[in-house]
Amino acid sequence: MKLDPKIPEGPIEKKWSSHRFNMKLVNPANRRKYSVIVIGTGLAGASAAASLAELGYKVISISYHESPRRAHSIAAQGGINAPKNYANDGDSVYRLFYDTLKGGDYRAREANVYRLAEVSGNIIDQCVAQGVPFGRDYAGYLDMRSFGGAQVSRTFYARGQTGQQLLLGAYSTLSRHIGAGTVKFFDRREMLELVVADGIARGVICRNLRTGAIESYVADAVVLATGGYGNTFYLSTMAKASNATAIWRAYKKGAFFANPCFTQIHPTCIPVSGDYQSKLTLMSESLRNDGRIWVPKKPGDLRIPSQIPEEERDYYLERLYPSFGNLVPRDVASRRAKEICDKGLGVGKTSMAVYLDFADAIKRNGKNWIEEKYGNLFDMYHEITAEDPYANPMRIYPAVHYTMGGLWVDYNLMSTIPGLFVIGEANFSDHGANRLGASALMQGLADGYFILPYTLSDYFGRTKFSSLATNHPEFVKANKRISEETEKLLAIKGKQPVNEIHKKLGKVMWDFAGMGRNEKGLKKALKLIPEIKKEFWSDAKVTGDSDNLNIELEKAGRIADFIELAELLAFDALHRKESCGGHFREEYQTPEGEALRDDKKFAYAAAWEYIGDGKNPKLNKEQLTFEYVKPAVRSYK
Amino acid sequence: MNFTLKIWRQKNQKDEGRFETYEVKNISPDASFLEMLDILNNQLVLENCDPVAFDHDCREGICGSCGMMINGRAHGKGRKQATCDVRMRSFTDGETITVEPWRANPFPVIKDLIVDRSAFDRIMQAGGFISVRTGSAPDANSIPVCKDNAEEAMDAAACIGCGACVAACPNSSAMLFVAAKVSQLALLPQGQPERKERVQRMITQMDKEGFGNCSNNYACEAECPKGISVMHIARLNREFLTAKLT
Ligand SMILES: Cc1cc2nc3c(=O)[nH]c(=O)nc-3n(C[C@H](O)[C@H](O)[C@H](O)COP(=O)(O)OP(=O)(O)OC[C@H]3O[C@@H](n4cnc5c(N)ncnc54)[C@H](O)[C@@H]3O)c2cc1C
Ligand code: SF4
Ligand code: FES
Repeated sequence: MKLDPKIPEGPIEKKWSSHRFNMKLVNPANRRKYSVIVIGTGLAGASAAASLAELGYKVISISYHESPRRAHSIAAQGGINAPKNYANDGDSVYRLFYDTLKGGDYRAREANVYRLAEVSGNIIDQCVAQGVPFGRDYAGYLDMRSFGGAQVSRTFYARGQTGQQLLLGAYSTLSRHIGAGTVKFFDRREMLELVVADGIARGVICRNLRTGAIESYVADAVVLATGGYGNTFYLSTMAKASNATAIWRAYKKGAFFANPCFTQIHPTCIPVSGDYQSKLTLMSESLRNDGRIWVPKKPGDLRIPSQIPEEERDYYLERLYPSFGNLVPRDVASRRAKEICDKGLGVGKTSMAVYLDFADAIKRNGKNWIEEKYGNLFDMYHEITAEDPYANPMRIYPAVHYTMGGLWVDYNLMSTIPGLFVIGEANFSDHGANRLGASALMQGLADGYFILPYTLSDYFGRTKFSSLATNHPEFVKANKRISEETEKLLAIKGKQPVNEIHKKLGKVMWDFAGMGRNEKGLKKALKLIPEIKKEFWSDAKVTGDSDNLNIELEKAGRIADFIELAELLAFDALHRKESCGGHFREEYQTPEGEALRDDKKFAYAAAWEYIGDGKNPKLNKEQLTFEYVKPAVRSYK
Repeated sequence: MNFTLKIWRQKNQKDEGRFETYEVKNISPDASFLEMLDILNNQLVLENCDPVAFDHDCREGICGSCGMMINGRAHGKGRKQATCDVRMRSFTDGETITVEPWRANPFPVIKDLIVDRSAFDRIMQAGGFISVRTGSAPDANSIPVCKDNAEEAMDAAACIGCGACVAACPNSSAMLFVAAKVSQLALLPQGQPERKERVQRMITQMDKEGFGNCSNNYACEAECPKGISVMHIARLNREFLTAKLT
């Protein structure tokens, strides 16, 4: 299939406005005849569902959570970008566009990134009007931070709870529509299948997680706003229930999956402390502004940190990157920490951590200063580890945090299945091979508030829909298939709790497809993953039955999909013989150990097409062209 | 560390429910309370028993999913903690720990420790919003907000909707939850046009859901993981009275 990104003609700053002008409109009186299913109520899904309802479409909103407000977006801490230039420091749409494209290591589509930068200012307006209590200065105007290496202050924040406040804003608008009956919300429903009829997406099959009932939902279009797939690695900073089932099932129905190997590892997380660990906690990146990262020069040095003299410490980031020091980008900092620990120089009980030391900053500015700036983070660290970070350095280690890859979408956010739209972290669109801090919230809300409402209307305006109900053969078939699959999971009756198998998968992914990847390791992963899959389907133990709330069954289905996605991720990583952003192939690096891109061979988005179980997926390429920002080497020396 | 757990088991809404006793051994003091339950569940699955169902997701105190009575206290005895923030080192080795779901009529038990908190959502649907259409907002800086008000609004907005306030209250009152939202929006200029209608609609819905009245017990504030102050309840009462008088 030929991939058509449908990028509008014209200069980059005019593309979106001229595209909107050329779109088909749906007459307000006719809008209630069209219906759409939105899966997910995170920033992307909640903003989309509310905005579509406002236009007058019939909206069905579905989430596996008990309430829309529980979506994973709630956990975002730092902030959201917008080029408002309120700081008068030279920010502009063009600069945000440039920073995002460069930050993504030139693996994103120019036209999409420009549009994202263009609409992002409106997001802040919208959220303020909803009552989101952003941080303000003493004059009462909005305050900004600088974030993720940007040279301007464009990050708006609500204390350390920006995601929570933005989501509650979108949730409140969604609630207004649910109350008014313009959105129907179905809680605790997990989408397990996409239904495609006459070649277009027409509905979904869900499991009612309370009762176990398999339910069919019909509409004229389906929107997936189902978040990222970081939990493929078992341990990550994602919420426990975050999973890939929706996008994976859509992939198996014909939606292409783009750049699955573009995963982001965040350098400052609280390290794993034991086998029982269920998830990882992020410590804000801002800590690297004042903390110094080091390890003892001697392997296995068990002295308490303060007793290790200066000359026996290796401040390796400062040594390797004299000009950026501890402030190198996320991918670089993460990779170097792993390297050091792999050499046996790591610290702590597990030796899988490095120190983040504030002793100098405390000496320089006093404990109070640190407390004021980072007090809540220090408390959180103390609470989790029972160690006092004012007295001893923190121990940190990188963790999986975000997935740039996702379902391939064109400029209209439509996947390769007509009528299936994908928004937020679930799509691959705007961050290339690496996402900048505070840009995910921006993208989710841009997609939901300001892009999808237009592009979906255009789709409705251009498409003829036959009337169809849940007795359509495709729905009946899909419904039956899902019921059978559920019974199959319950019939395995093996010996291992599914969680244990998920842990095994996570270990393989982390070891061979994590921060540093190489051909040998990836091939090994591609050998091990099918074995885990076999193990799962022969030895998993799923207790309980299918007609009740069954937490083991929920997990089992998700893990089965993670295993398959893991294979695609490794396969993509093996094929991409270059290093870029979050994808570091050890064979492709400069003599100084930096990522070496290969623009001649790999300046494309790899969109994988499912062609059957047990067969290698087919590669489709969307060639990326850079008319405005010329790819250059990123250097932080 | 070793623990004896007395956990409320209830197959579904119709089931009567009962306590079951379990033993867990060799728990790391660094494990979280939910991780300890994960370990128990692993054990139960291996023994072919139904694992204990509980709501959870972020496991860092922000999504509001988790929530159980631990030794009779909502989210356990620690202050400003959600259940997922509780660590096993805060218990003594060998202790017997009792774990129950939220107990409140408007929050019926769905299974084991999972309750139905959709009553909170319906209160929000009744009025917990500002009716702004997508696309019709003016420039963000055209509405300055005095910093003190913005900060206070943020204090109120920090509510995670967990329901501990209701569970802790002898009357199962939802006043703290409702007050947090009413207060946040009443403090902001954007919230003014719908101010009166909002408070009336939310209170009406709250009563309809069967939540009790506030008798100034203040258990809600003590157990609230986000430290939402009862001062907001005072504001809620004022808002409600003024709305009714005019
Ligand atoms: C700890 C942490 C901190 C972060 N901080 C920042 C930050 O400061 N700034 C920033 O820009 N980004 C940040 N991010 C990233 C950002 O939070 C996410 O990328 C973003 O919130 C994703 O939003 P979303 O709407 O796409 O998906 P989500 O919020 O993940 O929502 C997914 C929704 O889909 C539903 N769903 C999924 N699958 C199914 C299914 N099969 N059936 C039914 N429903 C389903 C879920 O119930 C949920 O409602 C952070 C991420 C983490 C983990
Ligand atoms: S007020 Fe506190 S206890 Fe009540 S729901 Fe909100 S966060 Fe939970
Ligand atoms: S699991 Fe999210 S608040 Fe506890």
